Amino acid sequence: MGLEEKAGNLGIITTTLENVVNWSRTRAMWPLLSGLACCAIEMMAAQSSHYDMSRFGMELMRASPRQSDLLIVAGRVTNKMAPVLRRLYDQMPIPKWVIAMGDCASNGGVFNNYAIIQGVDEVLPVDVYVAGCPPRPEALINGILLLYDKVQGEKITHWS
Amino acid sequence: MSDHIQQAAETIKKKFKAEVSMFRDQVTLQFDKVHILEVCQILRDDFSFGVLTDETVVDYWQRKEPRFQIVYQLHSREHDARIFLRTPVAEDDSSTLSVVPLYPNANWYEREIWDLFGIRFEGHPDLRRLLLPKGYEGHPLRKDVPIKVEETRFSFNYDDIDLGKPRAEE
Amino acid sequence: MPIHYEVTSVTLDEIKDLVSDRAITGETMLINMGPQHPSTHGVLRLLLEIDGETIISCLPDVGFLHTGIEKSMEGKTYQQVEVMTDRIDYLNTVGNNLAYCLAVEKLVELDVPPRAQTIRVILAELQRIASHLIWLATQALDLAAQSVFLYCFRERELILDIFELVSGQRMMTTYIRPGGLWRELPPEFEDAVRSFIGMFPKRIQMYEDLLTKNPLFVDRTKGIGVISGEEAVRWGMTGPSLRGSGIDYDIRKVSPYSGYEEYDFDVPLGEYGDVFSRYIIRIQEMRESVRIIQQGLDKLPGGPIRSDNRKFVPPPRSDLGTSMEALIHHFKLWTEGYNAPEGAVYLPVSSPRGELGVYLESDGGPKPYRVHWRTPSYGNLQAMPILAKGHLVADLIAIIGSIDIVLGDIDR
Repeated sequence: MGLEEKAGNLGIITTTLENVVNWSRTRAMWPLLSGLACCAIEMMAAQSSHYDMSRFGMELMRASPRQSDLLIVAGRVTNKMAPVLRRLYDQMPIPKWVIAMGDCASNGGVFNNYAIIQGVDEVLPVDVYVAGCPPRPEALINGILLLYDKVQGEKITHWS
Repeated sequence: MSDHIQQAAETIKKKFKAEVSMFRDQVTLQFDKVHILEVCQILRDDFSFGVLTDETVVDYWQRKEPRFQIVYQLHSREHDARIFLRTPVAEDDSSTLSVVPLYPNANWYEREIWDLFGIRFEGHPDLRRLLLPKGYEGHPLRKDVPIKVEETRFSFNYDDIDLGKPRAEE
Repeated sequence: MPIHYEVTSVTLDEIKDLVSDRAITGETMLINMGPQHPSTHGVLRLLLEIDGETIISCLPDVGFLHTGIEKSMEGKTYQQVEVMTDRIDYLNTVGNNLAYCLAVEKLVELDVPPRAQTIRVILAELQRIASHLIWLATQALDLAAQSVFLYCFRERELILDIFELVSGQRMMTTYIRPGGLWRELPPEFEDAVRSFIGMFPKRIQMYEDLLTKNPLFVDRTKGIGVISGEEAVRWGMTGPSLRGSGIDYDIRKVSPYSGYEEYDFDVPLGEYGDVFSRYIIRIQEMRESVRIIQQGLDKLPGGPIRSDNRKFVPPPRSDLGTSMEALIHHFKLWTEGYNAPEGAVYLPVSSPRGELGVYLESDGGPKPYRVHWRTPSYGNLQAMPILAKGHLVADLIAIIGSIDIVLGDIDR
């Protein structure tokens, strides 16, 4: 790991609480197993053998919102689904993050009509937007790594 | 036009004064909406059109009177024949007879039509909204409903539209 | 429009005719499954009336992915509409493009060169395999065979690589265009497809080794979700779900399009109409698809990949610099589009899930007046109450998987 070289013989390292807590949060982020549309298929591809998202500590997709801390909004959000999504988000324990995956979830994409919400940020606070229609699995993984960077930089005052 | 479809079309034409038209090898029969059940009965039992493949509506707002036309599509697996039925429905009396007693799979098609176009089906067992949420007002696939809900954003109006958008809170 | 934060609920009053009397007295229980549920393949919601573990009635509630695609299509020209067709049934993107393009070609009477037709068939069959792989992956995952999920996605990546090679996109290719194809195939295409179909039959055998005789899988699928052929026809089921009940009906055979009549392939039929029959049929269909692709590659003719009817098909990019006429055509086509004759056409194709039909009505202008998609999952899901009746809740998972629904296909 390289950690032992830094730690020296004493087995002790000094760091801030922020660093340790944020680090541990990013290393076991459990996404909610919830797909909406086309992007969900790419999300499944990112989970499976070729792209293997578990390299980043995310092999556990949880079907219950009570056990997950990352909501990947994968696909277009309709007027009928938005309240359900909001309820799922509300049920997730704090701390929690949201990734809007794909153009439809980010801003409505090609669907500017009566049925689709023009961006899931009207319903949920979004941390990272991933562009693409649908984004490649690499793009989703990149989005997750961006989120890790963001979480790593969170200050103790944000935790609440 | 195959013999089978021709026979069916002739029968319906004689009996119900249907207009027969043909476009790109597809035969369409247009007749009054009150006959729809009888026509379907005849086509199903005598001409083996046993499957309703599709049912939809076209809205001719400000173009034609009556405003709506319901398009039924029947399919005969035995003869591999398709026939289209059209029944005009006026706006002020936007209801017609349901074909669920003859074709059970018309159920969802008719619910969808009620949902998106607001045409009632008499005799339908369960006429609720199918696709849109329960409290939704209006019937969005009608032509008088605008297609777009949000103005297209360009560089000169981006900020105005962006500021007007609702934002969720934590 | 303001967003309502209320989750739409269903009251007992609304559905009292659809459930048994015992539900009203409270003897049986009404439970809600979905729209967020790991095994509903998307955002399907099922309202179940259960007596203990046995399902008395099952009421599907769809529309959580209703995208209004048909409405949006009315505001776009014929070329622009095609972008949306991919997003309807997102596991059969090439097939949707094909259905739409064939409908437009039928409407404006446009001929497609033989090379383009053969390439269309090859891609559509590759897409069928990819779609069946996703189905197999999720069906096996629902029945707790996770390794099959990983294997299937591994093979699917190879197909997506071929799509990316051809069109530059993994899923939403929009490679098939009215009048032909977007561009010529890259030179690596043939080798890539040949190496895939050379390897793939062994992989199918591997899936079969894992599942077909596996007692855990067989016990959970045989005799579950049975529907008779007559019932299936009456409820408008199509595709493998119908053929599982022994009804021989495939659009590719009865009304061939894109030259399917020239290929030698079989339509596998089931006997019992249960989940296992539908599983066997889809596995067999993958083998048949490999056969079709093989024949397509062997006879792949040369020649143009697009019709040269300049009223509807844009000229090649290379002509724009030298030909004034080409420039005018190009400009007209991409600014105004083309006018289609007044009339309505319906065109069915065989999607991996069944009969996918496009109803296209034109008023003589450059935009379609009404587009309606007759989607296969919509018909198949309607038979769900019959399939689920009398089974256990755990079996319902297998049944949902076996009719291979795609919610984007149902809600549009």
